[in-house]
Amino acid sequence: MKDRRLSIRTHGRTGNMEEKLLELTHVSKRFPVGKGKSIDAVKDVSFAVKSGESLGIVGESGCGKSTIARMITGLTEVSSGVISLEGKVISGLDRRRQREVYRHIQMVFQDPYSAISPRMSIGTFLEEGLVHFGIMDRKKAGKEAENLLKLVDLDPALAERLPHQLSGGQLQRVVIARAISIHPKLVILDEATSALDVSVQKQILELLVRLQKEFSLTYLFIGHDLAVVRSITKQICVMQEGRIVETLNSEFLTRDAAHPYTKQLLASVFSVRE
Amino acid sequence: MKKYIIGRILFVIPIMLVLSFFTFSLSYLSPSDPVTLKYERMGAVPDKEQVEKLKEEMGLNDPLLVQYGSWLGRVLHGDLGESYYYGTTVWQQITKRVPNTLILTAATLLLTILLAVPLGVLCAVCQNRWVDYLLRFISFFGVSMPSFWVGMLLMYAFGVKLKLLPIMGSGDLKHLILPAVTLAFWMTSIYVRRVRGSMLEEMNQDYLTGGLALGYTKAHIIWTQVLPNSLLSVITMFGMSIGSLLGGATIVETIFEWQGVGKMAVEAISIKDFPIIQGYVLWMAIIYVTINLLVDLSYQILDPRIRLGGKNA
Repeated sequence: MKDRRLSIRTHGRTGNMEEKLLELTHVSKRFPVGKGKSIDAVKDVSFAVKSGESLGIVGESGCGKSTIARMITGLTEVSSGVISLEGKVISGLDRRRQREVYRHIQMVFQDPYSAISPRMSIGTFLEEGLVHFGIMDRKKAGKEAENLLKLVDLDPALAERLPHQLSGGQLQRVVIARAISIHPKLVILDEATSALDVSVQKQILELLVRLQKEFSLTYLFIGHDLAVVRSITKQICVMQEGRIVETLNSEFLTRDAAHPYTKQLLASVFSVRE
Repeated sequence: MKKYIIGRILFVIPIMLVLSFFTFSLSYLSPSDPVTLKYERMGAVPDKEQVEKLKEEMGLNDPLLVQYGSWLGRVLHGDLGESYYYGTTVWQQITKRVPNTLILTAATLLLTILLAVPLGVLCAVCQNRWVDYLLRFISFFGVSMPSFWVGMLLMYAFGVKLKLLPIMGSGDLKHLILPAVTLAFWMTSIYVRRVRGSMLEEMNQDYLTGGLALGYTKAHIIWTQVLPNSLLSVITMFGMSIGSLLGGATIVETIFEWQGVGKMAVEAISIKDFPIIQGYVLWMAIIYVTINLLVDLSYQILDPRIRLGGKNA
């Protein structure tokens, strides 16, 4: 248990847990579709995530939730509005400064097999960030990769393997391990459990909760399954057609849901459960 | 892995047996017999009795399988027979032509790789921008225009008008340029599209985004990860192209008078020179079987997902 925490702890942050880590203020994204026409993927979205907490964004596919993730990571430019991290504006930065921001925001994707280049070993994948950001040299990073695997309850011997030799669940643990390897301030989980089967999904969610407690991580959890998202977040923003239609406390979701779309989402969850 | 390679090589034997049988049947099924054809080439009109006597001596009246057996025995000893037309053995003719075809193939492939890979990457990186549209437009032309037409346009421009290059013939580098460019233009047009498609597919993978999130530049991820991964799917197609080029780019070799195996095959077919045709078909078979084998083996080495005998695989 001791070596599990190892260098991650020593690089850990001590911050004011109540301060806003991420804040989006009136953020919109418009995509041109040719002939002077455009579509609004995200319309006037505002929300904030406090340090050490987790916020969920729920909505059907195409509602703009992944565009929000891409704008936060700087992969897609913001059309209007402001995104800030720890009070500093991070939207519309030049490339060099963007790189400094990337360092603090990491993403976990839906399909773990697509997240790792098929010819890259698990060990190299885990070392990449550590070496690239100069946190440690390749040799030390190799050792740290093994620690990271232990941290996510995997056998350190897997470092030698290639992605196709691991199961989807194992691979998603690897992706999570890399995301936290460089001690980001924010981890964006974009449908991170959607491609996994239910029992594996539960294990991954438990892992995420444990890691959050251990390292005071801040999550932005994007998903379409209300039941999954509420299990890991404190607050949930419900999105429809690019807008946030309602922001709710996860605990009182069923009680407080007022918007017809949220009710519809809730009904669909329960109809499957029944 | 060793077991796999040996298995694959052994599998080649029945394929070659079937192919050689069909090759041999070519002359057996043809309406005229080698003896008559040989006399005709010499301009002599043999009498029937003479023909029958020679046929009997050459074993041409034996049953098909017996004839095939003795033919196969000779082939295995490197004796493919004598050409009716060239006055040399088939083996001599093929070994004379193959180096020319190899040179043309190598030049074409080199040009194609040098052009298609960077241009395909450029198209993918600049997807739906003017560079992409322009290159796709040109490659559309390249794919659609028959190679004899491109060849003749090049001949006209560089040979007749500008007088920079010889119009036809084979031998030195100058003669090589026009046929190689003609073939490379067609092949590059195909491969630019192929590389572009394969790159775009690979660029959709999350590891690109993940790499960017780790602060790597897009160019770095594209060159080190995306491009090698996307070229895997191009390899099979490339193997087939090598096969067809080694089989002789028949049309291009013919219009440029390039003395390769393709031109030899066309000549042999037009004058019913069956031993040469048989030699050519066997050469093609060997090429395709070998290339297929090499492509499969290269996959084993390059793509860990299908590597056999690996851990957990």
